[in-house]
Amino acid sequence: MFATIKRLYHQFGSPRYFYDMTGKMLPWLIAGAVLLIIPGIVWGLAFAPPDYLQGNSYRIMYIHVPAASLAMGAYVMMAVAGVVVLVWRMKMAEMVARSIAPIGASFAFLCLITGAIWGKPTWGTWWVWDARLTSMLILLFLYIGVMALNMAIENAQSAARATAVLSIVGAVNIPIIKYSVEWWNTLHQPASISMTSSSMATEMLIPLLLCIFGFYFLFAVLLIMATRCEILQREQRSNWVRQLVENN
Amino acid sequence: MNPKRKQRLVIVLGALAAVALATGLMMYAMEENINLFYTPSQVVAGEAPLEKRIRVGGLVVVGSLQRGDGLSVTFDITDNAQTMRVRYSGILPDLFREGQGIIANGRLVEQNLVEAEEVLAKHDENYMPPEVKHAIEQAGHPKKTE
Amino acid sequence: MAFDNFAEFLAMGKHGAYVWAAYGISLLVIAANILAPILRQRALRIDIQRKIKREKLES
Repeated sequence: MFATIKRLYHQFGSPRYFYDMTGKMLPWLIAGAVLLIIPGIVWGLAFAPPDYLQGNSYRIMYIHVPAASLAMGAYVMMAVAGVVVLVWRMKMAEMVARSIAPIGASFAFLCLITGAIWGKPTWGTWWVWDARLTSMLILLFLYIGVMALNMAIENAQSAARATAVLSIVGAVNIPIIKYSVEWWNTLHQPASISMTSSSMATEMLIPLLLCIFGFYFLFAVLLIMATRCEILQREQRSNWVRQLVENN
Repeated sequence: MNPKRKQRLVIVLGALAAVALATGLMMYAMEENINLFYTPSQVVAGEAPLEKRIRVGGLVVVGSLQRGDGLSVTFDITDNAQTMRVRYSGILPDLFREGQGIIANGRLVEQNLVEAEEVLAKHDENYMPPEVKHAIEQAGHPKKTE
Repeated sequence: MAFDNFAEFLAMGKHGAYVWAAYGISLLVIAANILAPILRQRALRIDIQRKIKREKLES
């Protein structure tokens, strides 16, 4: 087990191996994303029953919840990549961390905007400064901060180390977002699904799970595509990239 | 792991722990301000300031809604321990109904009466089709005892 | 199907504007996220090819 992780770590630590391997994985990940998201959305929008209280507005959930989950998951991944950057000085982790930020920011933005659109008809307001909404907004700002820092520092390696510090420190926000609805009185309701249970009817839950898993596949696709660009950019002086570019 | 990497890992994790601790203490100190609203128990216990803008939240007591002139309404909210009264003039949100959780934004004019400028509907984490809800009510839902 | 006909599906009870706005924005954001790396990859390849050509001319 440990030996396998170590081997994978060394293999994927090489930009060339990463580029080749992810190129082969990409079609499968795209297929996974399409085959999960499209049935999930169609099911959720057209076939799942309306909610007894909210009617049909709850269908926004099929975007809102996966986007929220992903915005937080991506942040954790960026922070872990940050630790690898600082401790092991791994170049590949620098490129992955840099590629995550704009994607994570997009999903955090989607979570907030769909939440606002959902909040207006259900709660009666677009926005309220409760602990859940505010901590999620801070997550978006953290992502934007990471992106700005990456752009501000010319040298890619120094930029990666500086942003790694920011992302690791910002990771404190993740448990705050998750438990805000339990620790404080918020307008936002507590989570409906956990690892072990759900307070949602099955015919509403299944499409939601499809969408959540589908969004994770989508994230993998987006991250790989962005990281491959990053590799081309940073390794453009190496022979293998030159050969790769010249051969098509 | 080589000693240099080990040292760096310890520094990174130590810094993270320090920041987490600092944030935790800060939030502990600001506990009251992070809460979006006061519960009726807190209000009745006198924890909420009079004549200041506050938010209160609770479940609308079944049977307590009274309509006055025009759009003005009064109703009671409860956290199942204490009950207080809310007075409001305006359009109630779609989700407003007796038994439902709400948050009222306004001034505490008496010890247990809020003059609300805004009423927001809170909903819980349960999602189900109308038929299921109906079936549960038929079987006697604990929240719906009148 | 949770709706009797297509018009009702579009109306989403009385929340059609909200639901479709949320899905529309999501589609745009996701499309932009897919398009961005494709365009960047293309631009990078052209840029690197140009650099290689220039180096060959110089040597």
